Amino acid sequence: MLRYALKRLLGAIPTLLLVIVLAFLMVHAAPGGPFDDERVLPPETRQALEAAYNLDAPLHQQFLDYLSNLVRGDMGPSYRYRDHTVGELIGNAFPVSLKLGGMAMLLAIVVGVTAGTVAALRRNTWLDRTVMGFAMTGISVPVFVIAPVLVLLLAVKMQWLPAGWSGNEGLSRFVLPVIALALPQVAYIARLTRASMIDVLASDFIRTARAQGLGTSAIVRYHALKPAMLPVLSYMGPAIAAILTGSVVVEEIFGIPGLGQFFVRGALNRDYTLVLGIVIFYATLVVLLNLVVDLLYGVIDPRIRRR
Amino acid sequence: MNRGMKVSGGILLGIIAVAFIGPLLSPHDYLQTDFGKLLQSPAVSDFRLFGTDDLGRDLFVRCMLGVQVTILVAIVASIVSLVIGVAYGAISGYLGGRVDAVMMRFVDTLYALPFIFFVILLMVAFERNFLLIFVAIGAINWLDMARIVRGQTLSLREREFVEAARLTGVSTARIVFRHIAPNLFGVVIVYVTLTIPQAILVESFLSFLGLGIQEPQTSLGALVDAGVNQMEGASWMLLIPAALLAAILLCFNFFGDAMRDAFDARGEK
Repeated sequence: MLRYALKRLLGAIPTLLLVIVLAFLMVHAAPGGPFDDERVLPPETRQALEAAYNLDAPLHQQFLDYLSNLVRGDMGPSYRYRDHTVGELIGNAFPVSLKLGGMAMLLAIVVGVTAGTVAALRRNTWLDRTVMGFAMTGISVPVFVIAPVLVLLLAVKMQWLPAGWSGNEGLSRFVLPVIALALPQVAYIARLTRASMIDVLASDFIRTARAQGLGTSAIVRYHALKPAMLPVLSYMGPAIAAILTGSVVVEEIFGIPGLGQFFVRGALNRDYTLVLGIVIFYATLVVLLNLVVDLLYGVIDPRIRRR
Repeated sequence: MNRGMKVSGGILLGIIAVAFIGPLLSPHDYLQTDFGKLLQSPAVSDFRLFGTDDLGRDLFVRCMLGVQVTILVAIVASIVSLVIGVAYGAISGYLGGRVDAVMMRFVDTLYALPFIFFVILLMVAFERNFLLIFVAIGAINWLDMARIVRGQTLSLREREFVEAARLTGVSTARIVFRHIAPNLFGVVIVYVTLTIPQAILVESFLSFLGLGIQEPQTSLGALVDAGVNQMEGASWMLLIPAALLAAILLCFNFFGDAMRDAFDARGEK
């Protein structure tokens, strides 16, 4: 198991390197420098600025410097938030996003698996069709449509929940963002669970369990759930990426000071170092979480490890 | 054709037809502002079917323009992803062996990346223009296509007509593009209908964040974004484009799913 984990960890390094090279090149291939849209600078000031941000070195030298700083956890200064380093900004903003994303993921798994299992057990009834109809809608309708409509209905019209982030304390301000973020994933997970649960319930060992007189709930809980979770587990990688993407929108709509909001602001302000840093951070996060998912897969299904 | 396909296909054709014909019938155009008529709610009189926005522009015409742009971006992006995906998949599948292993390993690597962030990076680095949006969206959606095409090619390359071509000395490139690619048509067309809603999603996501289509041009994502800012006083500005976008995506997904079930029994789900 340990060898397998190490092997996978080493395998992730080229992927991360590819990410860093791609992101770095994209930012540096941009026409014009980061200080172009400011008032015309005297040549000396400009040179001093470029020297301060290490922009006067040749590209490969800049890259090697960036990489060696990155390894030491230094992603350089932000171009727009002058007093902060990119590392500080990410460190401040990420905990909020993590909380939001973690809650959304948890909600998506619990609700999605439950709904999918119920739909599989009541296959081809009105209940099944209703759940699957909702799931299709949840998959099709994007987060940035669901979130504002939820705000309009539940916060503006009904006034049940707060619409914004600032000025509200406690859990209530998490409710709408978390639901908006989780809904598409609930839909995907419900569909996956239903399909794999139907497969598992039709297999021989379930028939044996049934023949021994086990009730439906015991069969699902002790026998069917674990094998039926495998497709859901392998969907966790894409789900994590989707929740990260969704958090960008949700944080923008609800005004949550998380990483996604910094990312969009950085993108609109052309804050190259910040955007570069966040992309690398996001990609690393996704790659590492994918790794964790793969390892979990090996824990649940020992056949995988022997490959 | 089953009923789901007919209904979703019909609704789609209806929306698209109205989107292209509607603005011609309306007396208003998408740029004209009317400061006497800001934020008017939808009404039949004066052809203000969807009301007006915060600059007094006619929302019906703007929504229809949004649908046009959204559909066009999606189709062009899907063609880009189709070309890349088919070429990549067919080459990988036809050459097989070590080349195939390396090429598919590369696809697996790309799968793990949060691509949308690279698109945003691209939008930041370069001036935002239409063409770039098409290419960027197409460039992230080709992975599924490449995998499916590769699988098909693996079985096609063993067939007699390919062998015959090889024996008569046809070059590899010509076999891949003239003999194999046309035979992939059926599978490819099914997956294109599933790629279109994904492209729409990416485009409207970017436009919603202000990184996609720029004013005075518009798309459904940009209209939803404008609606969010006005939703307390003028809920129609949010609800109408949101409903249009949701309906289009839902219909494309239904249509694509139904088509896959009808033509491609091996598909997942």
